[in-house]
Amino acid sequence: MNIVRYLRYPQSDLSAALDRITSMRAEMDRMYDPTFGSSFRSPASLSGWNPAVNVYQDKDRFIVVAELPGLKKEEIEISLHDDTLALSGERKREGSSEQGLLTERYYGKYQRSVALPTAVDPDKVTATYKDGLLQVVLPKAEEAKPKQIEVALK
Amino acid sequence: MVPNEDNRPVAYVTPLADIESADDGYVIRAEMPGVGKGELEITVDNGELMILGHRKPTDFTAELIYREIRPHDFRRVYELDPSIDTTKISAKIDDGVLTVTLPKAETVKPRKISVQ
Repeated sequence: MNIVRYLRYPQSDLSAALDRITSMRAEMDRMYDPTFGSSFRSPASLSGWNPAVNVYQDKDRFIVVAELPGLKKEEIEISLHDDTLALSGERKREGSSEQGLLTERYYGKYQRSVALPTAVDPDKVTATYKDGLLQVVLPKAEEAKPKQIEVALK
Repeated sequence: MVPNEDNRPVAYVTPLADIESADDGYVIRAEMPGVGKGELEITVDNGELMILGHRKPTDFTAELIYREIRPHDFRRVYELDPSIDTTKISAKIDDGVLTVTLPKAETVKPRKISVQ
């Protein structure tokens, strides 16, 4: 079994509790879903943190959106290996930890990988980072694109 | 949950936030990825600070095939320490992290009394 992202909701009101149950359910559904469950989950190291991601697709491309607030462009490393997108880097703490009354945010090394369902063209991958969101566009490889097949009726 | 005008509950995401304390005040740093300056609402009312960040829709149209990021807006309410000078609260957002600076009123700052 893979190690999954630990979801932490600091506020203990009813809505947060319900959210937690919903997200646990979603997590369990994913674990038992043979199509996506294990392909998107990557083994993560016990130290560090794993940013949350969304994956979108249309007929030509995949788009991976990752939540990476508080980073500079230079602190984000993006690589692609065997159709698996890997994000990694390190988030440094602003201010001093000695004055911290409450620390909920994660600091230190992070890593995340996303196995894409089909082959992508590694030379055409582009990425943008704005307002703490990373957006990676991965065009599908020609052979992986859906094709229209003409069937002649006799 | 906070009811809206129709009295239906609205779901929010509670942003992860750090709070620092110093002699001259407090600093809150809250994670709101995807929120820019234009999507922020910050209010101080009745001794409470409310931070609200609206998420922008994606700038592309494509089918969502895997989701971990919840689509709801960010919202969190803090009860303010009475020592905070609410007229001097300031805020900025950079790379999806909201920083709210809450200075203490001059009268409550620690000061050294010189002995005559």
